[in-house]
Amino acid sequence: MGDPRQAGPIDQGENVRGAYFDAATATPLHPAAREALLGALEDGWADPGKLYTQARRARLLLDAARATFAQVLGVRPDEVAFTSSGSTAAHAAVLGGLAGRRRAGSTLVRSAIEHSAVLHAGERHVRDGGAEAEVPVDLVGRIDLDAWAREVSAPGVALAALISASHEVGTVQPVAAAAAACREAGVPLYVDAAQSLGRAPVPDGWSLLTGSARKWGGPPGVGLLVLRKGTRWVSPYPADDRESGRFPGAPDLPAILAAAASLHAVHETAAQESNRLSALVDHVRATVAATVPDVEIVGDPADRLPHIVTFSCLYVDGEALLTALDRRGFAVSSGSACTSSTLRPSHVLAAMGVLTHGNIRLSLHHDSTAEQVDRFLAELPGIVAALRAEVGM
Amino acid sequence: MNPDTPVDVLNCLGQRCPLPVIALAKHLPTVPVGAVVRVLADDPAAAVDIPAWCRMRAQQYLGAASADGSPAFDVRRLT
Repeated sequence: MGDPRQAGPIDQGENVRGAYFDAATATPLHPAAREALLGALEDGWADPGKLYTQARRARLLLDAARATFAQVLGVRPDEVAFTSSGSTAAHAAVLGGLAGRRRAGSTLVRSAIEHSAVLHAGERHVRDGGAEAEVPVDLVGRIDLDAWAREVSAPGVALAALISASHEVGTVQPVAAAAAACREAGVPLYVDAAQSLGRAPVPDGWSLLTGSARKWGGPPGVGLLVLRKGTRWVSPYPADDRESGRFPGAPDLPAILAAAASLHAVHETAAQESNRLSALVDHVRATVAATVPDVEIVGDPADRLPHIVTFSCLYVDGEALLTALDRRGFAVSSGSACTSSTLRPSHVLAAMGVLTHGNIRLSLHHDSTAEQVDRFLAELPGIVAALRAEVGM
Repeated sequence: MNPDTPVDVLNCLGQRCPLPVIALAKHLPTVPVGAVVRVLADDPAAAVDIPAWCRMRAQQYLGAASADGSPAFDVRRLT
């Protein structure tokens, strides 16, 4: 097998003047995460479950990381478990939450715009004989609260799942009101807070919550599963005593320490940083609408995450747009069908009823600057016009 | 003649989005205001993108149908 380093660094030469705008997928490592990770590689390699000095040291570090998460989230340390990614955390929350409430019912209520990890866990549940009820969203991507209240109060509901804010269009969901409806119905609420943690507060009232460290500048490979005291939950995995039996396998301690350090760092400056990014997003929304004809800017313009902006350009192939932007050094994401492995459009855009082709999502982060955003805004109209000209539009 | 009967049928079967929407955008201005155009399109994005295009361009989306087993979308020219 070859040395993976031979792949070389990503070209960041002077000819590449673009920018990385895909923080909602993975945010560049925060300096605090880098520092913690390098320190922990020396110090945090032992198994925290063993009974010798090195293990006790690892245990101390793991406890400290857990305490940091608990403090930021306002929960107890023993309610926090680490998983191997945001997706595995979502799988554990959905499948474990359903299993824990098997005697109460077998229906999973979820919004139409959950992350694919939640959708796939729900598909597994249905294949195994369970049921699912989908709650629709409006044109800006916010759930229909009346439909939500109706579904969660129906007989036989085991668990309700709601994303804190859309990962594709940024629209913040009415978590507090959804939680109130769940409390009324006696149904536990699972909130996928992957896009909100470290950026925006998540309202109270949930029983299960998950997150993903790479979304806030931590390393990939660290997920977060929070189970409030008294939540009925049964592990969907074979028995394993790590993480209080909530997630199997040795935890990646260096990565967890880096995740904790970065969450702590971004939490400290979240309000200020959110204002900065939100102003950039406002600038993108206004400028794209003014400079690109036949464009639909999607998601709620005000009640949204600070860092995400999504729009669709009529008559443009999403993959061609993404590729043209990449050629100029701009990394963005797309919900268009041609960019997905299944050639199906984003289920989020489809549920909203907005244009799915020519779709681009920009998601900003701590390294994003006004200059980068302005370069993007200067290049975009020409790129879109050229792609339209190719198809005679 | 029923006013909802399509005056033209655009066969976009096998075409990926945005091609069916482009075909509709090019063809609709050639029919009289009030006339209906049917788009046959089996790309999964068409079911979302044709109604969305109608909303953006202030044309009337009449709904989806099935024509000889193919998904069909009817649009009335309003402007």
